[in-house]
Amino acid sequence: MKAFEYDRAGDLAQAVGSPAMLIAGGTNLLDLMKLEVATPDALLDITRVGLNEITSEGAGLRIGALVSNSDCAAHPRIRADWPLLSRAILAGASPQLRNKATMGGNLCQRTRCGYFMDGRSPCNKREPGTGCAAQGGVNRNHAILGASDACIATYPGDMAVALSALRATVETEGPDGIREIAMRDFHRLPGDDPSRDNVLKPGEVITAIRLPAPIGGRHLYRKVRDRASYAFALVSVAASIRMDGDRIDAAQLAFGSIAHKPWTDERVEKLLVGERPTPALFGKAADLLLEDARGQGHNDFKITLVRRALAAVLAEATGE
Amino acid sequence: MSDTYDTPDTRDMLDRTRQGVIGKPLDRPEGPLKVAGTATYAAEYVRENCAEGVLVGATISTGRVKKIHRDLVMAMPGVLGVYSSERMLRRAAQGTAGEAPEQDVSKVDFPMQPVALVVAETFEQATNAAKALQIDYDDQSGDAQFMPQDVDAEPAADPITAGDLDRAMRDAAHSVDLAFTTPGHASAAMEPHAAIAEWDGRDLTLWGSLQMLTYNVAELADSLGIDPKHVHLLSPYVGGGFGSKLGISHEAVAAAIAAKELDRPVRVVMSRQQVFQSIMRRSETEQRIRLGCGTDGRLTAFGHEALVSNLPGEEFSEPVTQASEFLYAGENRLLAVRKSDITRLTAGSVRAPGEAVGMQALEVAMDELAEAAGIDPVELRKRNLPDEVPGEGTPYSSRRLVEALDAGAAAFGWNKRSAKPCARREGEWWIGMGVASAARVNILAKAEARVTLTADGHVIVETDHTDIGTGSYAILGQVAAEMLGQPIDRTTVRLGDSRLPSGAGSGGSWGASSTGSAVFLACEAIRATLAQALGCASDDLLLQDGKAWAEGVEPRPVTDLLSEDLTRTGKIEPGKLMEKVNQSTYGAFFCEVAVNAFTGETRIRRMTGAFGFGRVLNAKTARSQCIGGMVWGIGSALTEELAFDSRDGHLVNHDLGEYHVPVHADIPDMEVILLEERDPHASPIQAKGVGELGICGAAGAVANAIYNACGVRLHDFPMTPDKLLADLPDPFAPAA
Repeated sequence: MKAFEYDRAGDLAQAVGSPAMLIAGGTNLLDLMKLEVATPDALLDITRVGLNEITSEGAGLRIGALVSNSDCAAHPRIRADWPLLSRAILAGASPQLRNKATMGGNLCQRTRCGYFMDGRSPCNKREPGTGCAAQGGVNRNHAILGASDACIATYPGDMAVALSALRATVETEGPDGIREIAMRDFHRLPGDDPSRDNVLKPGEVITAIRLPAPIGGRHLYRKVRDRASYAFALVSVAASIRMDGDRIDAAQLAFGSIAHKPWTDERVEKLLVGERPTPALFGKAADLLLEDARGQGHNDFKITLVRRALAAVLAEATGE
Repeated sequence: MSDTYDTPDTRDMLDRTRQGVIGKPLDRPEGPLKVAGTATYAAEYVRENCAEGVLVGATISTGRVKKIHRDLVMAMPGVLGVYSSERMLRRAAQGTAGEAPEQDVSKVDFPMQPVALVVAETFEQATNAAKALQIDYDDQSGDAQFMPQDVDAEPAADPITAGDLDRAMRDAAHSVDLAFTTPGHASAAMEPHAAIAEWDGRDLTLWGSLQMLTYNVAELADSLGIDPKHVHLLSPYVGGGFGSKLGISHEAVAAAIAAKELDRPVRVVMSRQQVFQSIMRRSETEQRIRLGCGTDGRLTAFGHEALVSNLPGEEFSEPVTQASEFLYAGENRLLAVRKSDITRLTAGSVRAPGEAVGMQALEVAMDELAEAAGIDPVELRKRNLPDEVPGEGTPYSSRRLVEALDAGAAAFGWNKRSAKPCARREGEWWIGMGVASAARVNILAKAEARVTLTADGHVIVETDHTDIGTGSYAILGQVAAEMLGQPIDRTTVRLGDSRLPSGAGSGGSWGASSTGSAVFLACEAIRATLAQALGCASDDLLLQDGKAWAEGVEPRPVTDLLSEDLTRTGKIEPGKLMEKVNQSTYGAFFCEVAVNAFTGETRIRRMTGAFGFGRVLNAKTARSQCIGGMVWGIGSALTEELAFDSRDGHLVNHDLGEYHVPVHADIPDMEVILLEERDPHASPIQAKGVGELGICGAAGAVANAIYNACGVRLHDFPMTPDKLLADLPDPFAPAA
């Protein structure tokens, strides 16, 4: 581990604009530092600056960035109105990690691509310009949508997939002030600069996550994985589906572990609304979702798996 | 008295003794220390002025080290030395080698092979400097082969042949000819490899995490070029080995070299990634299995061929067909293993080498033959148990396979299974059942142990044997307490110190029966002295709760017969019985799985194992061994796979996040049935090994249950969702 300076922020103002790497739960950052995949010169610990409350905002909810994943998942209002979020959080990591991990930190977790994590293979995300060893390598868990020649890594998390489906927003404070970023725009596609996972600017701090008014309906998080716990998703589907009689009245969908960001496609949501749920409709939705999907060899199966996982979720959510 | 075990001990001594502790499900005496965190493991010893060493792995696949840029690193904070020498290990020693493995780290044999050790005042400084160390290589990777299929394989041993397999296959009423693959596996012990080395003049003390101290002393001394009498190894607690700590490895030799150079203690703890990358793998296998039978289901053709791999120069080859030699009938036979030399980390013993991967394929083939012949898979197995080892004519010592199949089937409810797949659907899940036999060779190994009955009536057992989490402390104490008629709480067991008598070491499932027999023989010698003092024949001596008596002789406190501590050493060596009688262990697995009709995820719903392995020394630790084995089988069936990059041979998934061993959520309640038996041919205590039996075939039962559930027959392990997806039936179609 590279030696680093450590300081603890007394308030948010100290963190905003700081050149130091921010650390909260550290559940991903510390691993990366031990492997020297991350080698910050300085850490600023923000765990004592507040931002740890969940408060109502009209029909919506504001979740402080430093609320622990466990507390968020257990919150009565979230369990009642956005159970999708609770389910996604509880599908990830382990109780110990969820107790430490924070809402803001979880959004910033990095890919688990083996070539990124090994600290030595060519990797444009870790060392821009060195190439991408995952292409032509072991890429069973890599992206099938939105990848680029520079990077085929996936965003590995669960929580952000649920937040993307729910159309949450991310509140940040930076040197230029406060801004609100749609969750669906928070993570970015790799393009020719995979070193940046998200749209945060230097010195900008995540202060909260906002959930808009709940739409009701059935909330499902389906995480397909090799083992029953403590494994990243092969594919995940976050869905909030509201029925009106025998027709789909509202559909919010997001997909995990298939792209560099939680994958959303409004066309698919629109296609479902107003329709009667049938296996044929689910197939059409998958066709649209996956029309640009491309496998890398080992992960070709994900195209089929997304299709089938989506069908399972829609069938369960609609009672078909 | 000869130490070799040549005639079976049929006295049933441990059934005639009175203490009543043998076989009982007693807690491990060291258990509270382990769960309270006060059992000290290798890396945890506090030595004054201890420096910290971190190994550096090669960034090329194969070649030579040209130059190590020591100076830059030596200038970093806290750095004390950079070592790279002719004596440091390129590879870990294979089990029971007893001599140095490949040395000289100026040569690189495989990716991430240790090539240097950086030592600093703190672990963090050493890690940082190790990462920063620049090394110039003569990269010869261009000539290397990384895939076993790309190399001309050589026979690993003479094939076993009998009759005419091809013709028997042609003539068979029913036959299967199947190709299987199994991937590489890692031992993935919880405790990483670690060593603290400290010199006192010419004498080296090394705290290590090791399975077989007698061999390890010889390996370490040979590696360092010193007399074994100057090497003192301490390994009282070992956090799992599973084969990976059978031989001395990189960290121990490097720590010893650096400690000598620096004249201060040096600790080297391998990272999880380094353990995965540089110790040992189980070879991947390709297997072809041909089975043919008559209309009565009796095997006439039995072919089992395998391709495995290792590094050039390594003799070890995964003995894939080991159980196929003796398990089933079939007069026309071909058993053959070939080995490819490739550039990947060393292949060696990982729990149940051979049977772990050979049996899981064979047991799927048997399931397919049963279906082809229209015979229940349990019945097909029962019909094919030979009277003697095919081709050899050797008799079996004890074999409770029929009882295991019957007892397992009854407990599991096998009669509820539908012979046709896709017969049971619950919501999104297809439910199915599978069966497999278990079989594993049994080995008696040379062992010595010292037992003392103190003048005040305490029992002390001493041997350099290890307890790698298996229960050695418990069972060795139970043998001695039983034989000497003392309560278990007056029994102390000292293990894991190379200055103690040479035990068998923990490996090959032989530790309990071998070292246990040495303890037994030492106790017999003590009993003989006590009997003499009491005035009766040794076999007539009765001992219980500290009292001694015999028929017609009044009970007396045993301490009355002792004027001083009574110490005897017991020794045993394998003898003629190993050759004359086949002494294997057997069992049966029954498994119920659920396969998700949409996603192809498989989850174990329940699993039953029934096992016969001679005398049960401790019903709790034996049961735990069986469960642990079955969990390994589940991992092998569903999730575990070392993923190597085909372009340079490096291991991509090198930690517990990415190499998927089963977690708690994967394992339902496991039922274990222990079938008591006595095998006097196997050892004087009539026990055999159980440390590996629980794996051997377990994955086959899972695979067969998957087929029974959803109708997809796979031959490539592990059976992850991606492999099932393509052939799964339409999830929306109603159940058949």
